[in-house]
Amino acid sequence: MSGVASTGRSPQLGRNGELLNLLSLEGLPAEVITHILDTAEPFVSIAEREVKKVPLLRGKGVFNLFFENSTRTRTTFEIAAKRLSADVINLNIGVSSASKGESLLDTVDNLCAMNADLFVVRHAQSGAPHLIASHLAATGRSDIHVVNAGDGRHSHPTQGLLDLYTIRHYKKDFRTLTVAIVGDILHSRVARSLIHGLTTMGVADLRVIAPRTLLPGRVEALGVHVHHDMREGLRGCDVVVMLRLQSERMKGALLPSAGEYFKNYGLTPGKLALAAPDAIVMHPGPMNRGVEIDSAVADGARSVILPQVTFGIAVRMAVLSIVAGPVA
Amino acid sequence: MDAGVPDAERALEALAARMRPAVAHDAAFVGIYSGGAWIAERLAAMIPGTHPLGFIDVSFYRDDYARAGLKPNVKRTALPFEVGGASIVLIDDVLYTGRSVRAAINELFDFGRPGRIELAVLIDRGGRELPYEPTYCGARVAVARNLSIALSRDAQGRLSLGVEPA
Repeated sequence: MSGVASTGRSPQLGRNGELLNLLSLEGLPAEVITHILDTAEPFVSIAEREVKKVPLLRGKGVFNLFFENSTRTRTTFEIAAKRLSADVINLNIGVSSASKGESLLDTVDNLCAMNADLFVVRHAQSGAPHLIASHLAATGRSDIHVVNAGDGRHSHPTQGLLDLYTIRHYKKDFRTLTVAIVGDILHSRVARSLIHGLTTMGVADLRVIAPRTLLPGRVEALGVHVHHDMREGLRGCDVVVMLRLQSERMKGALLPSAGEYFKNYGLTPGKLALAAPDAIVMHPGPMNRGVEIDSAVADGARSVILPQVTFGIAVRMAVLSIVAGPVA
Repeated sequence: MDAGVPDAERALEALAARMRPAVAHDAAFVGIYSGGAWIAERLAAMIPGTHPLGFIDVSFYRDDYARAGLKPNVKRTALPFEVGGASIVLIDDVLYTGRSVRAAINELFDFGRPGRIELAVLIDRGGRELPYEPTYCGARVAVARNLSIALSRDAQGRLSLGVEPA
């Protein structure tokens, strides 16, 4: 593998602050986030046209590089790229090269030789998209861009951005809001990205609600208020973000049982009544009904879980069209 | 006022006078953001008939994306009428190279197949790089290549034209 530069500077932003790669919401300036959210807005209505496409990325090759399984994220990235008229190539690396022993950067070099313009990367290892972006920059190919579609426990920036878009859509001004994120904060790259995004946007009160076993150490350092009692934590919230409880967490003795978890941390109509009367309920999906969320809430009037999916396409279109722009 | 450019309100009167006898009574008026949108709103009130209003932001259809990227604050294109078969007057403030018009026509076709498209512009400054000519024009002026003509609107809705370095 050719030398990977470690300049110390995040390869996300170019010399003039333009977004070259989207790797993490950590350290991303509020202006850049706002620019992405503003750009996503006109993309939402493209689905209502007879031809659900704009020609912005015509002739560009977008490679969906998924080293870890995902249906929803891969599909929405694929739809986003296709609505921008890009050529989309889906690679399920888990079942091809990597299993034959090819290294990550060799895979990338091969795909560059196939004229990739943009990589959308999902990887079980934290930092894999960053490694690819640094490798491309160090080998004079910074005109090829990387978008992180979820890496390990680290980051899932487009999910964080679509959550921010949804919150802004329903609640307008971040600076007056109380937001609670509920569930498995420890293993969740979704939670981490949203926490960074919301603190950058200056949210008034950001709470995390979880049992001690599902919280990272020193989580308060991220600027959140910690609650172990869900009823207390939900009081007066404008936005409630439920996280998926991965079933494998039960096996690791972090939790007694799904039933016990639902009793303490599942969102029911009764608990939601403690939040603000116009509070919205979000979930990144896929949902475990009866584990972290009651069906009456998931399908209820305050759930914006399906709009999140729709907004997710527009937000990914915005990210792709901003990073694929000219390099100054 | 700048000696080089005509009065915007007078040019608008002249444009409306040319359109009145010729435009279909049910033609939709579609303004290109931002100047064209202001003019479309004004023309809809000045020209008799029923004219559905639409607005287009051509940012996603421009031919200079690879060079200039996406500008901030792209507006949402809104065409609240059936585009298929419609008679449409596309409206812009300044016609110059013709590239915005091409982008707008491409975008219109992604909503349906219009029956007819005409082009109305407040100012034609020449300098075409594509073969588009206006159907209706408020005024023609010659302006040096290193200058651009900017339309602005005050709090009362009055339009004015200025010249600035391109």
